[in-house]
Amino acid sequence: MLGAMAKKNASDDLLAPVTLAVGQEDLLLDRAVGQVVAAARAADADTDVRDLTPDALPPGALAELVSPSLFSERKVVVVRNAQDLSADTVKDFKAFLAAPVEEITLVLVHAGGAKGKALLDAARKVGAREVACPKMTKPADRLAFVRGEFRAAGCSATPEACQALVDALGSDLRELASACSQLAADIEGPVDEAVVARYYTGRAEATGFEVADFAVTGRAAEALERLRWALAVGQPLPGITFALASGVRAIGKLATAPRNARPGDLARDLGMPPWKIDRVRQQMRGWSADGVSVALRAVAEADAAVKGAAADPAYALEKAVVIIARAARSRG
Amino acid sequence: MTVWDDLIGQNPVIEQLLSAARDADALVTATAAGADAAANTATANALNASKMTHAWLFTGPPGSGRAEAARAFAAALQCVSPDRALGGAPGCGFCDGCHTALVGTHADVEVVATDQLSIGVKDTRDLVRRSAMSPAGGRWQIIVLEDADRLTEGAGNVLLKAVEEPAPRTVWLLCAPSVEDALPTIRSRCRLLTLRTPPVDAVADALMRRDGIAPDLAASVARATRGHIGRARRLATDERARERRAAVLRLPQQFDDIGGCLKAAQSLVDSATEDAKQVAEEVDTKETEEMRAALGAAAGAGSRMPRGTAGVMKDLADRQKRRSTRTQRDTLDLALTDLVGFYRDVLAVQFDSDARIANADHHDAVHRQAATARPENTLRRIEAILACREALDTNVAPLLAVEAMTMALRAG
Repeated sequence: MLGAMAKKNASDDLLAPVTLAVGQEDLLLDRAVGQVVAAARAADADTDVRDLTPDALPPGALAELVSPSLFSERKVVVVRNAQDLSADTVKDFKAFLAAPVEEITLVLVHAGGAKGKALLDAARKVGAREVACPKMTKPADRLAFVRGEFRAAGCSATPEACQALVDALGSDLRELASACSQLAADIEGPVDEAVVARYYTGRAEATGFEVADFAVTGRAAEALERLRWALAVGQPLPGITFALASGVRAIGKLATAPRNARPGDLARDLGMPPWKIDRVRQQMRGWSADGVSVALRAVAEADAAVKGAAADPAYALEKAVVIIARAARSRG
Repeated sequence: MTVWDDLIGQNPVIEQLLSAARDADALVTATAAGADAAANTATANALNASKMTHAWLFTGPPGSGRAEAARAFAAALQCVSPDRALGGAPGCGFCDGCHTALVGTHADVEVVATDQLSIGVKDTRDLVRRSAMSPAGGRWQIIVLEDADRLTEGAGNVLLKAVEEPAPRTVWLLCAPSVEDALPTIRSRCRLLTLRTPPVDAVADALMRRDGIAPDLAASVARATRGHIGRARRLATDERARERRAAVLRLPQQFDDIGGCLKAAQSLVDSATEDAKQVAEEVDTKETEEMRAALGAAAGAGSRMPRGTAGVMKDLADRQKRRSTRTQRDTLDLALTDLVGFYRDVLAVQFDSDARIANADHHDAVHRQAATARPENTLRRIEAILACREALDTNVAPLLAVEAMTMALRAG
């Protein structure tokens, strides 16, 4: 399972003198470090592992760490948050990179970005092994991650099961990874949707924009369900009214825009990206002018309610969603 | 020239204040002449009997000059003109006391106004502490709270004790648009003064006399602002303000379709944001630079700040943000007031009333609107605008609130 996702560059020797783990995804960083340590231990069970943060590394400490020991044992030196090293310590590291010691394996864990870039560049110049560990922001990435986890665990899972797992757990990779390993350990045979539903139900993330997308297409039931999830996972309420307002507003703007305008001009006039215009076109089929008027006023009322004007903001939001969904079918 | 000159069309109030100032002056003179110990008890008794009291609440619609009245009264209380001994009224406008009180440099007159959304408990506690001091000049310690309506509920409660039983020579002058804006407990501890909307002619007259505005322009802006002296002066002297007002009054013609409504709302909010940004550019940059210099940072925006100053800078940024919100709301509020004025005119035309049309320069638009709608539509529209002001007050997102209003204006 280890290393299923971490992307590697050409030099695939885990025991390269210098390894760079670059990125901000904690799980992947930990795995990159763990891989090196495991490989070193496999080669020599007595390997000494030093896991250090910048505050444990005053100038000069590195020389002490890497100086040859009497028994010439292997040593793995892991430096976390290498971007925070002080300038003097970075000098030490550069000197070490220029003249590495044979039995030392150095692992630099670096967040990437501009801070502490000098060290990163110096390590790259001497041909360090680099493991990229970027944050996963796209849902598709997370889905691929889950699939990779199952594959690495030697367990087959249906695409629907993977999707259900991602929906239920959200964006924390650690949680996803541990869920995958638990399912792989518990279940004999393929993992399908029913199995995932037995372990995990619900929805970890629901945004106001999803609510709005359902509401403006007139799908009241789905919109209400999504709204309930959004409330349950603690989405900030003003964010939801903002999303509803911008959904209705976009329809109002596009509905009265000239029909035969060029997409580029339209996008500029309405202040919307072109892909959004296409989507809003789809959404505005059932809308009438009065519908926009009624819906927008309902959203304004809900916004006042979530900001303290009403005793039950959740009800106010539900009411607004229902009014919007009804308005979305108002064209006779 | 006396201190009362700036109060336009408020004769009954001036009379009341003048007699109070006379009694207050008599009291100060008597105390100065007599022995201190006996006088202290006498002060309390005399206050009960006289027309002077220790807490006043100035109310009146916006533009009636509440703050000006309070300042004039403060000046009259601090008047040290030698004429008083000969029977002259306090508030000569020339002596040290009057002059410094009016320009805001008198040691015993503290004017509290805020450019933020509200006055909090912390500031008020400090104010209460200062109010307990004896007057440095030996007359009155005066605190003018110009924005008493912006006191938070907590801050109002902090004031209660101090307003009920202040130090012997402390006078509180609170100003608020209406009695309802002050907490009932504050209200009951103050003597109420009600200013009226000054007559349009008086405003026009004042503009001509004091600011040298041409008679035509003075009359038209006085009518357009319906007696709000400050706004009338601003309109008369500031070309940009006139343009903005004209733009706002053109908006009702755009309300025919949904897109027009949305655009109108966007432009209203944009111009308010623009205003706030302009104020921010003028004031905030300078303020930030001064604060950085005071904290010992090198000149230039990018230089490194000394240790431990981040909190102070953050406080300043928060304060600036609140001020910017206030500016934005004030500008929007002004535009909404203009819109209400427009529909008021429409209503006047529809009812064939002999009330004079305020927006004479938009005569055509008013008549067109009056012909196409019924009076009940116009009333509903005015309600919608007022509801929008309320929504803005409860923190509804400005664009959304204004859009909802334009939608309601379209529906009628």
